[in-house]
Amino acid sequence: MKRVLFTILIMLFFAGTSYADRIRCASTTSTQNSGLFEYLLPFFEKEAGVKVDVVAVGTGAAFKIGMRGDADVLLVHAKTEELRLVNEGYFVDRHDVMYNDFVILGPVDDPAGLRGIRSAPIAFSLINKRGTVFVSRGDNSGTHKKEMSIWKTLDMDPRWNKWYLEVGQGMAKAIRIASEKRAYILADRGTWLAINDSDDLGMEVLVEGDRILFNQYGVMIVNPERHGHVKYDDARKFVDFLISEKGQGLVASFRNKQGKQLFYPNAGK
Amino acid sequence: MERLFYSIKEAFRLIITLDSEMLGIVSLSLGVSIAAICFASLAGIVLAYALAFRKVPLKAFVVSTMNTFMGLPPVVVGLVLYLLLSRSGPMGFMKLLYTPYAMVIAQVLLALPIITAMSHASLVAVRPAIKYAAKGLGASDAQASIAVVRYARYGIISSVMAGLGRVMAEVGAVLIVGGNIAGYTRVMTTTIALEYDKGNFELAIALGIILLLIALILNSALYMYQRKVYR
Repeated sequence: MKRVLFTILIMLFFAGTSYADRIRCASTTSTQNSGLFEYLLPFFEKEAGVKVDVVAVGTGAAFKIGMRGDADVLLVHAKTEELRLVNEGYFVDRHDVMYNDFVILGPVDDPAGLRGIRSAPIAFSLINKRGTVFVSRGDNSGTHKKEMSIWKTLDMDPRWNKWYLEVGQGMAKAIRIASEKRAYILADRGTWLAINDSDDLGMEVLVEGDRILFNQYGVMIVNPERHGHVKYDDARKFVDFLISEKGQGLVASFRNKQGKQLFYPNAGK
Repeated sequence: MERLFYSIKEAFRLIITLDSEMLGIVSLSLGVSIAAICFASLAGIVLAYALAFRKVPLKAFVVSTMNTFMGLPPVVVGLVLYLLLSRSGPMGFMKLLYTPYAMVIAQVLLALPIITAMSHASLVAVRPAIKYAAKGLGASDAQASIAVVRYARYGIISSVMAGLGRVMAEVGAVLIVGGNIAGYTRVMTTTIALEYDKGNFELAIALGIILLLIALILNSALYMYQRKVYR
């Protein structure tokens, strides 16, 4: 009896390995929560005949998934680290795809008085000085890495302050927590625009336009020399699609429900 | 408040019109969980029977392990399976990570201790007289075993239902090993978590209602069966 079961189990497993023309893309919660993939992928899948399975995690986790060989291609946003990992031989064929920017969101009544400030580090130092609640992703994502780099320009470590909440959640969840707590948060504009669509969160963009807040998204393929099973050819088709004129045009045409553009294409620029 | 009413109204519209995205998610959910419960039940009931009536090495250890693992945190199961199934892990060659098969394995691991421990408890409670009586009436060993299992069937079915409840409601393990891939490994619970993130509460509420309905139907069926057995 047990042996029969075991055989059935094994057969079932191997049946699952036979799918062809499927690539796996590890990406960030911001691209999924904003709805970009749902919009973009059908065009690619129809054109190339390759299905893209998206696993949406933070950028840090996406790096790990790629480095372990559990994905074929990555779409992430932490350019400095991406370039470092390409140099170290984990990934190949990295390209800029699109950008938007990070913004500092806060309650409409703005208790720390950030409205009108143009510099992200100054805004952060005011939050620190006034001890107003600040929500941090705390999950090693691209947004979290950016936030930490801003604290670093102030030469300070915000953790363990009473007003500093590390929530360890995706972008949309973290914004919701910030909204409930009447807190400030660093967020990517794409996710903010997408979730502000459907919900009145009582928050608004208070600080924007600082150069440090630039948010570059890049695509890269897991190095097939490190992981022989990587579907390089199909992954390459996906990369070529994203940086092609058509792919870039689609990125530019993606809008939220209010008709606002969420991502700006900049491949090859 | 207005938004809440709107979401609930939309949720019912999705259910009544049998929205195709929703149906896909529900059927994947049911498929994965039922497959997992079939494997876990067969293995669990055989194991429980062996533990109750046969000589099994380290019996006390196995029984207490099963009892402890009834409360196994799903994320721990997810994490361990992830490390095993990853391409860089010992079972990476099977290419199972981020497939529905990985989700089935995770759910089998979660349901097996519940089914084994609860079935074991109800089998142990069957009086030895039943077996002797069956044998005295000329039953073979196998037939006597079946008589004992039949006698404990209500408890065994309850254990299977408890296992099914656990795996259908579970989110931590399937999120880690399935990856919540749209149309492929996205089940009811992981969709609810994601739709909450996106602020689209309609589909989340609809799936929540369906999950509750399924639980209600299963438990009513069990109750009817129980009444029939004890009448």
